[in-house]
Amino acid sequence: MSNSLTKILTALGLFAIVTGFQSCKPKTAQSAAGGDASKSFIAPGKYDEFYNIVSGGFNGQVAVYGIPSGRLFRIIPVFSQSPESGYGFSEETKPMLNTSHGFVPWDDQHHIALSQTKGEHDGRWAFANGNNTPRLARIDLSTFRTAEILEIPNSAGNHASPFITENSEYIVAATRFSVPLDDQNGDVPINTYKQNFKGSISFVSVNPSSGEMNIAFQIRTPGVNFDLSRAGKGKSHGWFFFSCYNSEKANTLLEVNASAKDKDFVMAVNWKKAEEYLKAGKGKKQAVKYAHNVYDENTHTATSVIKTEVMVLDPADCPDMLYLIPCPKSPHGTDVDPTGEYIVASGKLAASIPVFSFTKLQKAIADKVFEGEYDGIPVIKYEAALQGEVAKPGLGPLHTEFDGKGNAYTSMFVSSEIVKWRLSDLKVLDRVATYYSIGHLSIPGGPTAKPHGKYMIAYNKITKDRYLPTGPELTQSAQLFDITGEKMKMILDFPTTGEPHYAEAIPASMLMGKQRKIYKIEENMHPYVSKGEGQTKVERKGNQVHVWMTAIRSHLTPDNIEGVKVGDEVYFHLTNLEQDWDVPHGLAIKGANNAEILVMPGETQTLKWVADRTGIFPFYCTDFCSALHQEMQGYLRVSPAGSSTPLLFSTGTNKPAVTTPGINVADTMKK
Amino acid sequence: MKYLLNIVFGVSTILLGSCNETSTKTGEIVGTSETTVKGGQGSVKDDESAKDVVKIAISSKDHTTLVAAIKQAELVDALSNAGPFTVFAPTNAAFDKLPKETLESLMKNENKAKLQDILQYHVYVGSLKIDWMEDGQTLNQVNGGNISISKKDGKVIINNSATIIASIPAANGIIHVIDAVLLPPSE
Repeated sequence: MSNSLTKILTALGLFAIVTGFQSCKPKTAQSAAGGDASKSFIAPGKYDEFYNIVSGGFNGQVAVYGIPSGRLFRIIPVFSQSPESGYGFSEETKPMLNTSHGFVPWDDQHHIALSQTKGEHDGRWAFANGNNTPRLARIDLSTFRTAEILEIPNSAGNHASPFITENSEYIVAATRFSVPLDDQNGDVPINTYKQNFKGSISFVSVNPSSGEMNIAFQIRTPGVNFDLSRAGKGKSHGWFFFSCYNSEKANTLLEVNASAKDKDFVMAVNWKKAEEYLKAGKGKKQAVKYAHNVYDENTHTATSVIKTEVMVLDPADCPDMLYLIPCPKSPHGTDVDPTGEYIVASGKLAASIPVFSFTKLQKAIADKVFEGEYDGIPVIKYEAALQGEVAKPGLGPLHTEFDGKGNAYTSMFVSSEIVKWRLSDLKVLDRVATYYSIGHLSIPGGPTAKPHGKYMIAYNKITKDRYLPTGPELTQSAQLFDITGEKMKMILDFPTTGEPHYAEAIPASMLMGKQRKIYKIEENMHPYVSKGEGQTKVERKGNQVHVWMTAIRSHLTPDNIEGVKVGDEVYFHLTNLEQDWDVPHGLAIKGANNAEILVMPGETQTLKWVADRTGIFPFYCTDFCSALHQEMQGYLRVSPAGSSTPLLFSTGTNKPAVTTPGINVADTMKK
Repeated sequence: MKYLLNIVFGVSTILLGSCNETSTKTGEIVGTSETTVKGGQGSVKDDESAKDVVKIAISSKDHTTLVAAIKQAELVDALSNAGPFTVFAPTNAAFDKLPKETLESLMKNENKAKLQDILQYHVYVGSLKIDWMEDGQTLNQVNGGNISISKKDGKVIINNSATIIASIPAANGIIHVIDAVLLPPSE
């Protein structure tokens, strides 16, 4: 073999090998993701098109993702304490989790409703429900923080909530569990369900400027289970539709006993009529107890007020307010199309999807085409309200969203797929596998009068083997689809936090420009604010020690504190003096029986700490704020109860003591 | 020389070949797959968990016809779902009671919808023990049709024609083995 040939061959061989390797390497990350998947790729430094506001299920929080990338931006603590931010741990935020049952630091958060004006997203607030201890929350979309929590009386399992009307007039809260009412003696045998258990739907008004929620009225209903809901819109504005199951009123083994009847109901509520009855004085005041918690951004403090009265409308006094539409087999989702004409009810055990027509419903009511009554409420003949049925769509239909182009998309739990069908003729157009038991689905603007379309996100209940396994519990998951073409195309799998139920998505452009960057220090009305280091101090009130403390890169003031005694309750009121975006400071102290506090620029938050022993207790800033973050620390000295150590505090002035031979710590402690 | 060439081409082919690999299976570790992994809950590899209704049927030598029908009807993934399901599972002998042509015809691709309808008529969403079934009870099946339950002398009979001869709990529901195929009432 000649030398030159060897060289050529070597060159060829290496060339081939190199080419081989190169073909494995992506030219760009985009081409690596490949055809459909590249549609979800957002290059480093680029922004997503949509915010996806996703319920956290049993983590009690709300998560914010970017679409189409699926990147997680923020977890907003709502009904659960958050050790990361100090929400529910700081003295200012504890009242947010107050209820008539006392402090409830967890809930089960299922659905999201974004505020609307004229049927379209207005980008002001996101509303979220708490199932377990019935509550509603309002999240401010300029801060992505929980601004308000309202407890719902006469309710148990606030599942059919928080669905919203087209001008955010009301959000609703309908009870999953019917129960004896709050002012009744609830100490009754469970098998007296049919006599003693009642349902309840709350209409919660939203103040158009402040967003503040108030229970405007409740409607007393038969003792069914309410599942989901949607407001009418456009031509059906003024109506609300609720899916009901367990019309059998079973109180045990609902797996069998709530499926006995062929049909349950969709309840149609004429809330404009309800408003008229309320004006006409048909409402009755009922004694109840519920908490209303509001966070004030000027005082940086939440207050909790216990309210004791609710206005109730009884359908017996208010004819033409409620109607029932028979609906096959335990309806789950009841979704209204963008025009407001069609009400799509998914019987989760049904073999078809009934689509009701608002126009036909109105005619049936006018012509009194009823098949009878259920607890005094007229039951409309099924066929009279029915536009048609989507035949054999799949197994286990749950929820429907709309793209604004005349198409509906229904999730199928049992057959693990999404089915696209046309509203005009109810024909199935396409189906796509989600593989893993889908629950809700979301199209940006899908529940509004003007869907933004483009993408669809599936929130799945099972992820067996879809991701790297992590022991007995696997990640929760979502899947992203491109819905711009005739065929739906899966473009991304992404893991989620909590158990995602429902979500909404809103164009990034609607929220990006209105984000709060800092809180102005001069507007800080907190009673313990320090608007500068000169205002810091330590004061004793009995066994309470209040520390007016500030944080700024890179020191805490004061950072040397002495004179605290065993048994003292120390309140660190930390004001973050920064006026610079994304520079929070945190505070933690050894042995604290709660979490850190994380304080935004210009904000004041309070960490409570009890001195349980003598000694030196270091404290420090927990959020990596600067190059000298690790220097941002201090010491607190605790002396025995009754000792005479004077209350001293300082930063930078407590100079080293002159060493005195013969004195050591052990001696000091004996004294 | 030739040997060297072979090695060179061999190596590069392997490399190129490995890059062109586009079909991936569930469970494979891949960094830059270009295709979406297909295969739902039926393809989950798990020998540790309790068996679901499909896996139990597959492991029964008396249900080979049913299993073949479930596969033909593409119901494996659906029945591997969380459920819960009550599956009324006719034995091979039960299927043998049907005219041979009927069964053969149902297994043809053009009759898949009919086969799905029949099989879905054998499934109820909900896990029903025999103790929870009552004489005279009606159950609405996955295909939309109803079956009737009668209880006589300790025996449970479906549609007055099929008797439950065994019950096997599954991870995602329960299987009641029956001695006759249930046929949906003609519409």
